[in-house]
Amino acid sequence: MDVLLPATLDEALAMRAERPGAVPIAGGTDLMVELNFDHLRPEVMIDVSRLPELAVWRREDGELFVGSGVTYTRVLRELPEMRALAEAARTVGSPQIRNRGTIGGNLGTASPAGDPLPVLAAHDAEILLASADRGGRAIPWDAFLVGVKRTALAPDELILGARWRILRGPQSFAKVGTRNAMVIAVANLCFGLDPDTRTARVALGSVAPTVIRAPEAEAFLAEALQRAGAWDEPAAPLAPEDVEGFSERVAAATRPIDDVRGTAAYRRHVVRVLARRALARALDERVEEALAS
Amino acid sequence: MLIRLVVNGEPREADVWPGSSLLFMLREELGLPGSKNACEQGECGSCSVWLDGDLVCSCLVLAAQAHGREVRTVESLARDDVLHPVQEAFLQAGAVQCGFCTPGLVVAVTDLLDRDPSPDELTVREALSGNLCRCTGYEKVFEAVRLASRRRQEGEW
Repeated sequence: MDVLLPATLDEALAMRAERPGAVPIAGGTDLMVELNFDHLRPEVMIDVSRLPELAVWRREDGELFVGSGVTYTRVLRELPEMRALAEAARTVGSPQIRNRGTIGGNLGTASPAGDPLPVLAAHDAEILLASADRGGRAIPWDAFLVGVKRTALAPDELILGARWRILRGPQSFAKVGTRNAMVIAVANLCFGLDPDTRTARVALGSVAPTVIRAPEAEAFLAEALQRAGAWDEPAAPLAPEDVEGFSERVAAATRPIDDVRGTAAYRRHVVRVLARRALARALDERVEEALAS
Repeated sequence: MLIRLVVNGEPREADVWPGSSLLFMLREELGLPGSKNACEQGECGSCSVWLDGDLVCSCLVLAAQAHGREVRTVESLARDDVLHPVQEAFLQAGAVQCGFCTPGLVVAVTDLLDRDPSPDELTVREALSGNLCRCTGYEKVFEAVRLASRRRQEGEW
């Protein structure tokens, strides 16, 4: 086994092109477990944890780009105003894990339970990839995450990061697990309201082979908010049956399985409760914001 | 693979199998068994060290990833026969049962108090959420944190 230690992105891409089987390793919080338990014995690994080009984030023209090498500790410290992303980052592992774990790592591992992934999905994020031969490309998150631990990453590519338009409305992330820290989600959910496009966003993790959106629930809620006049008047109440109708539709979007962390029935229940709570919190926040301004 | 790094202030090197973890290299090649090998999957925090100043699980760092970098282990805390104030607080609070989780906890508490000398209860719980004590001695550990924190505020260290 070889471990290659490129100092720059160009070097890393050249190595990836030369050795297409090489496994990129960033924070190592997933891959090292595989290595320690003899589940994985790659011939070559490429350490991408020291590439300066990946360890950056940028805000420009209303968009956020988060480099694949940005750790969750840095998200919490440097991007607290990105509410859903920061809330998701805080539920990742423990301080030790957040100091190493990266957005790129969660994308590369592509676990259906990866906590930050619903945040990317809810924002319609694009995933930026690069290779030495073909240069860069950007693909939608759902073209990148194609199955359980499967991605569209080509053997000679590296993940540069994710990019999305910053949403102005309330947003949140919630997760259910057996404890607060060091837990893989039974289910997780990212919720957002986008007053600019008058749309709602709901993305779910750990309830299907990949992270999913709940488009019918989103359309139902956007229309219910329209009917209630709540897009224009934040204090306008939403009918209780619309709140129920929304959370039922979120639960109906899932395709959960029974596993060691929970049953399919429990996951549907969890998602219904998380959807209702996230909506209530968002509506409260809109009222508070309106009162404050 | 030859790894060169700085450990506890000293330049060190070790020739390891490239798939080795930093934890393995510290314990088996560099004679530093203070960091404990327990879960090997980042769950327990017993192998906590600082990598370029960041608290990490050394079982989840490839030894090669530490090449050219600086590592501090629990062995760096005591000076000759004088314990670090956090270690002293653990002793006095009786925050040690079987002792296996202690090095990782001492490192994590030191990391916390260096960043936040007077953390509130929730901050302490969150900061130590990556360290497991299977003797369930957490209350004594929290007492040790309070003791060390108080002494730090009183200027004793």
